[in-house]
Amino acid sequence: MSGIEAQFRLDRPGFRLDVDLTLPGQGITAIYGRSGSGKTTLLRCVAGLERAAHARLVVAGQVWQDPQSWLPTHRRPLAYVFQEPSLFPHLSVLDNIQYGQRRSLADSGPAGMSLAQIIDLLGLGSLLNRTPDRLSGGERQRAGIARALAVRPRLLLMDEPLAALDRQRKHEILGYLDRVQQQLPMPVLYVTHAVDEVLRLADHLVVLERGQVRSQGPLATALATLPALLDPDEEACTLLEGRIASVDAPWCLAEVAFAGGTLWVRDQGLRVGQVVRVQIRACDVSLALEPGRTSIQNLLGGTVEAIHGDTHPAQVLVSVRVGTQCLLASLTRKAVAQLEIQPGKTVWAQVKTGALL
Amino acid sequence: MEPGDLQALWLTARLAATVTGVLLVLGTPLAWWLARTRHWCKGVVAAVIALPLVLPPAVLGFYLLLAMGPTGPLGHLTQALGFKSLPFTFWGLVVGSSVYSLPFMVQPLQAGFAAVGERPLEVAATLRASPWDTFWSVVVPLSAPAFRNAAILTFAHTVGEFGVVLMIGGNLPGVTRVVSVQLYDHVEALEYGAAHRLSAMLLTFALLVLLAVYHRRARAGERA
Repeated sequence: MSGIEAQFRLDRPGFRLDVDLTLPGQGITAIYGRSGSGKTTLLRCVAGLERAAHARLVVAGQVWQDPQSWLPTHRRPLAYVFQEPSLFPHLSVLDNIQYGQRRSLADSGPAGMSLAQIIDLLGLGSLLNRTPDRLSGGERQRAGIARALAVRPRLLLMDEPLAALDRQRKHEILGYLDRVQQQLPMPVLYVTHAVDEVLRLADHLVVLERGQVRSQGPLATALATLPALLDPDEEACTLLEGRIASVDAPWCLAEVAFAGGTLWVRDQGLRVGQVVRVQIRACDVSLALEPGRTSIQNLLGGTVEAIHGDTHPAQVLVSVRVGTQCLLASLTRKAVAQLEIQPGKTVWAQVKTGALL
Repeated sequence: MEPGDLQALWLTARLAATVTGVLLVLGTPLAWWLARTRHWCKGVVAAVIALPLVLPPAVLGFYLLLAMGPTGPLGHLTQALGFKSLPFTFWGLVVGSSVYSLPFMVQPLQAGFAAVGERPLEVAATLRASPWDTFWSVVVPLSAPAFRNAAILTFAHTVGEFGVVLMIGGNLPGVTRVVSVQLYDHVEALEYGAAHRLSAMLLTFALLVLLAVYHRRARAGERA
């Protein structure tokens, strides 16, 4: 019993959080929603910073909250990374990192990494003696993440840790988070309203809307079956995970093999065998009834699975099953009618481009 | 300087230091409670604590004298515990001055605690610190300037008291005759030279104290 069972009902003026979730005990679960959807409140309930009146929370078999019991935050084997890094201003970076480590509980998670390894992983070696007011925003957030890891949590909670950073810093920290994820085994609940972070990091997705769970499931399924879940302002897209099968150096392209076929993407110094995620925007996918001469390099055969309405009445989103994957194509309703596209029909999906994440 | 002056100065310093110590112990939890609570009686408690700011010291002294007297509630308590009665003793002055100076300890501390905010406490809780641990390892260091100001103001304010002392302490050399009472005696006896010396000392002391508080505050403002 390693998962997380979380049921909360919490009433605030004009807002009610009402969720009942069973989350995996490993990997990164993204809790996605617009501002005001209750995602931070949910995370605070899990941390015990907020006390829901009706609640049951079991983490890896340990009851943290139910009607009879309540484990205060400082007794929960978790760590929390806040949106603003919230380092203690009176302590150096090293003392901040050691603050929680010195107080670690007897039932902390597996040792995983030593303090030196954590400091090294987050690139903090040269900053240890500085005080937080002499760090940049990105450095502060790295120190905040290191401080959270140093307590050896059984559950890591992250509340929009990248929201306050500019693009470049954000990219840099995402790189560090990838490394953290590979090296540490504990489950992570990652609150965000940024689709790119979900696509890049998440294994599991929970979509919240007005305090309720709109959808949840493994990321690929959640994305392919319910494209409209994501913010309507965001473009519909498909996410594929695959392995680099070959690299075509003269043309600067790399071939990604995934469960439904292969796809050529621009090579950015990729290694054969490397696992990558490719994001394909629905508007970069068109459908043809038979393969012809075209500039488009990626042609994938599949069957139409469903046709969803899109944000504009002229457009539809067609989901095409390619192998075990679903691919979304954005077409006009007129084109769908002319080509007589309907569920079950065999089509060729032409993918103009895919973005490596 | 006369021996009487020195004795009064020493007594005043001892009294102010004792009161500052007593109020650090009593005022800190009170200020913490006021800074954190949303209880309905918070306003009432805050008002009672602020009372010595506006009440004539003689009124405060009068009620304290009654309370400490043999028939007053404090008098009963001290008798039951087997102590001497408090009026006209050093410890009587400590009790009276503690009431008198209470707002000077509680109000800066309360503001300092409120300025720490909720977030550092939450961060500490997620890093395994119990509330008690958090108070000592996070709140106290972050509100160090508030503690310093509160202690300085309490000490200085106690040094300057007169009305309460006269009411409950009287004028016993070495026991209750503090600097302001000594000064009053000089003026009564038309010893203006001696009165000038003591007054100048107290004025300089008060100015230095305020400089210490406001200068540091201004520097902190520049940094922020």
